[in-house]
Amino acid sequence: MEVILKYNKEHFEAEKLSISEVLEIKKYSFKMLITKVNGNFISRENYANTYIYNGDNVSIIHLISGG
Amino acid sequence: MTFSEIKQILSNKTVGIAGCGGLGSNSAVALARVGVGKLIIADFDIIVESNLNRQYYFYNQIGQKKCIALKENINKINPLCNVEAHDLILDESNIPKLFNCCDVVIEAFDKAEMKQMIAEVFIKNFNNKYLIMGSGLAGWGDFEKIKINKTDNIFICGDNINEASDNLPPLAPRVGIVSNMQANLTLDILLNTYGSNTKI
Repeated sequence: MEVILKYNKEHFEAEKLSISEVLEIKKYSFKMLITKVNGNFISRENYANTYIYNGDNVSIIHLISGG
Repeated sequence: MTFSEIKQILSNKTVGIAGCGGLGSNSAVALARVGVGKLIIADFDIIVESNLNRQYYFYNQIGQKKCIALKENINKINPLCNVEAHDLILDESNIPKLFNCCDVVIEAFDKAEMKQMIAEVFIKNFNNKYLIMGSGLAGWGDFEKIKINKTDNIFICGDNINEASDNLPPLAPRVGIVSNMQANLTLDILLNTYGSNTKI
């Protein structure tokens, strides 16, 4: 499937993936994340049971300390 | 736009500043200088000597509450700027009420957990209000890596790489750059020129 991930087109072999699987495949290891699928906020406890499909727009923002 | 026209528009605007450390104190001072009418600032912390490497405070203010000292400093720069100072720990229950009347809110926390918390509060409560965050400002150099990313109503200023640590402390120059980027973007939104090619 093809999705938009963090503004860029991304190809995955699978036809659907959970957010948890995307984070693992992309090796996103930051602890603090804001995730949206097609503009809808996905809370951390739903990462394992929220799936993305072909054409979805996924934004994953990470936040780091310092201020 | 002339500066008096700019001041005229800004005098009716309110900006929230969540945290009065490096990002909050510097962005608040920049916005007060250009004439924002009201600032709602909040922080629970007191000033310690190590804060002076980047935060807009003075040596004789060590030991004072940051929100009170910042209000005092802004009053000395622009007494026309109305500063509402709140000495409290911001959380998901008080943020919606405190910043409800703000045109724009600047996130100026230190810890990533707090940054995440306020971003979630905005996604849930304030879908139409802009939140301007700072993330990735520690260390020095690498000026060209500092950028702005936007997702819906949330902007993130910083390099999103350099996390603050003992060996990579946040320091005045980079914190100053990011906090002033936040203030600059706020100005663009308040003057309704964000995204337009001409600022005249």
